[in-house]
Amino acid sequence: MTVIEISCLEVWREISNFLDGEVDAELRSRMETHFKGCAHCRAILDGTRNVVKLIGDGVEYQVPEEFSKRLHAKIKDK
Amino acid sequence: MGTTKLSLDNEVELIQRVCAGDKEAFYALVEPCERGVFTAAMSILNNVADAEEVAQEAVLKAFSALPRFRGEARFSTWLIQITINEARLKLRKDRRHLYESIDEPRTDDTGDAFPKDFADWREIPSEELQRKQLREALQRALQSLPQKYREVLILRDIQHLSIQETAQVLGITVASVKTRLLRARFHMRDALAPGIDGSWSNGKVEYEKVRPW
Repeated sequence: MTVIEISCLEVWREISNFLDGEVDAELRSRMETHFKGCAHCRAILDGTRNVVKLIGDGVEYQVPEEFSKRLHAKIKDK
Repeated sequence: MGTTKLSLDNEVELIQRVCAGDKEAFYALVEPCERGVFTAAMSILNNVADAEEVAQEAVLKAFSALPRFRGEARFSTWLIQITINEARLKLRKDRRHLYESIDEPRTDDTGDAFPKDFADWREIPSEELQRKQLREALQRALQSLPQKYREVLILRDIQHLSIQETAQVLGITVASVKTRLLRARFHMRDALAPGIDGSWSNGKVEYEKVRPW
């Protein structure tokens, strides 16, 4: 199968979809070929993947103390 | 998210019990969603007191509306959708009295998104000190995101909703979710990328001027 080349700009446009598994097989294979030959895009892919992982692991809003208790009291009064 | 998700069977049973007048069952239904509801409110309001108020209103609204819940979505998704709507209403109400300049700058989804930082970034920092600084940097970066990008990022990457669910609770198209997600992730990456040599070191003064830590 011949893999048609893809530009950096096109790769950036789809990088987030690539990480989410939202690109079709053909585009995925074109992007993978591009990543092999392009250090810039590889760095952007790695960085964006890390961001998604860090956000998933590391960002948590601290729920205020006794939030649950106050909420239950509100429901009880309803 | 800390609390175990209810199975669909459990959920259906609890909803039936609430509709039959069992208030205790409503606590059990809401409890696994509490963090998610608060986080969804925070994603829009960016203020703890406001987010708690809206979370309470949304839960009470869900309680009253439960007999009309048709189960097209999971209860948790439906509750988050109500929360998002309540939070938007509050934001609009609070801003009505403010000058226009306080409003979000208009952001446009058209045109291409460019990553600004080309630093190689393969490693994730693991040391405790860096972790703490990283968490703070993440919070700051998140707060600096325009609201519509923050909403999508929080629902998708923190609450782990699917792209379809994210579109549903925000009332936007799947294509918009994808576009906004790309922009949000690039923004976060630019805000958090390590030094140009790929180092996460916080001991290097020259990085501290331009990096979050």
